[in-house]
Amino acid sequence: MKPASIIELRGVSFAYGPVRVLENVDLSVPAGEFLGIVGPNAGGKSTLLKLILGLLEPAGGAVRVLGRSARVASREIGYVPQYPAFARDFPVTVEQVVLTGRLGPGRLFGGYRPEDRELARWVMTQTEIADLAQRRIATLSGGQLQRVLVARALACEPQILILDEPTANIDMRVESDIFDLLRVLNQRMTILVVSHDVGFISAYVQRVACVNRTLLCHSTEAIDGQVIHDLYGGDVRRVAHAH
Amino acid sequence: MSEFGSALLTHGFLQAALLAGLLASVGCGITGTYVVVKRIGFLAGGIAHAVLGGMGAALYFGVDPMRGALLAALVAALVVGWITLRFREHEDTLIAAFWAVGMAVGVLFIARTPGYAVDLMSYLFGNILLVPHEDLWLMAGLDAVLLLTVAALRRPLLAVAFDEEFARLRGLPVTLLYLLLLCLVALTVVLLIRVVGLILVIALLTLPAAIAAQHATTLGRIMALAVVLGGVFTTGGLALSYGPDLPAGATMILLAGVAYLLSTVLQRWVQRRRARLPAAVEGRG
Repeated sequence: MKPASIIELRGVSFAYGPVRVLENVDLSVPAGEFLGIVGPNAGGKSTLLKLILGLLEPAGGAVRVLGRSARVASREIGYVPQYPAFARDFPVTVEQVVLTGRLGPGRLFGGYRPEDRELARWVMTQTEIADLAQRRIATLSGGQLQRVLVARALACEPQILILDEPTANIDMRVESDIFDLLRVLNQRMTILVVSHDVGFISAYVQRVACVNRTLLCHSTEAIDGQVIHDLYGGDVRRVAHAH
Repeated sequence: MSEFGSALLTHGFLQAALLAGLLASVGCGITGTYVVVKRIGFLAGGIAHAVLGGMGAALYFGVDPMRGALLAALVAALVVGWITLRFREHEDTLIAAFWAVGMAVGVLFIARTPGYAVDLMSYLFGNILLVPHEDLWLMAGLDAVLLLTVAALRRPLLAVAFDEEFARLRGLPVTLLYLLLLCLVALTVVLLIRVVGLILVIALLTLPAAIAAQHATTLGRIMALAVVLGGVFTTGGLALSYGPDLPAGATMILLAGVAYLLSTVLQRWVQRRRARLPAAVEGRG
């Protein structure tokens, strides 16, 4: 039996002022999928994520996540932004950042519980940053900060993990490490990852959604030069991957 | 300096001034830390200057000016918050307009207030030597409110100050917490008006916390250090100004300004040394 879809977009449109970014987008993500999202710059990838996260309201159509409105469901999603929305020199330690994943509307007053700290320790171990726990984030490298953001997202105990270009600013070796980790996490949760590198992610994801104002889905086996040509409107040099 | 010491023992007004400085340091250290790390010094300035409007109106209508200041500060915080949330792209212009109009309203009200001429300068630059005893109680009360609020809500406040978008995704009431933060700033502004006056509020709100942020690693430690530094600057400024009969508020700010300059130079020097000795201090942080 086909698993129920946990993210459902029907006829979704969005515009920033007069600029139409997404038009009549349909997307259905079954539970447990590892979905790659690719497309040219300003093609609407980040906007699509923000609609799913409930940070933006669609101009038309409907977004349902886990059967609820996107805004309500956002607490079940772990989100790793492309550009961190915070100042790098903010006086905060790695552990404090990860622990903010434990906050919620019913958890405003007082301190963290022992089980919150336990969980934070566990996700930091999993993302291999346990030894950085007391470091200030200002002292981290790009790759280390990326792991902190993944750890913070995991601390939310999410059903869905959404990553926006998680490896844009780090080197290739760390990129593979992070995707290997995502592959492990995919056994427990649904993962959506935006990437500029179709060739690289097709080794990991099951399906690729191509976003360029409209959205087309391809299973990874079907990605060839024609798809990329249609998507980017030109020939993109591809590097053959032998895995 | 010893002259100040003996005067402190005999003159009640100096003891009150010292206490007022210390009480103000608690508030400015705690709230100033958020102002510095969230980079809302300009918003704090807008709130501070709008307070003059409230004080002027309070004088005109014969109400206690501190109550007027308190009410005006809270209203100003909510208006400034509304501006930044609703009109983010014109934020700087609107805050500047709010800043100037608030002051103008205050000046007009004070000019029209019947009876004895109110000394506008004492509101602009403060006069710590004339702090009435009931204001000390008000300041202590405001400090208690600040401390309790920050202690209870330190984690969500950290989350909102650090990364608003993520806090929103976690379902935290981000708008409410942001407005609360601005209201805490407003309370602190009222605290500081007596000590250094409106013009210099920004300095005492930002300088101790800015120095602390150069040397301490977490918000809690920055707050603690900023409170201590604020106490040093207000007490030191009071002592330095007493002998030559200088304005106390301005002396405190100059002291804080010089300390900030020295701290910045020191921090640059340490960073450069550290860069030359790689990995020596890297592991601890």
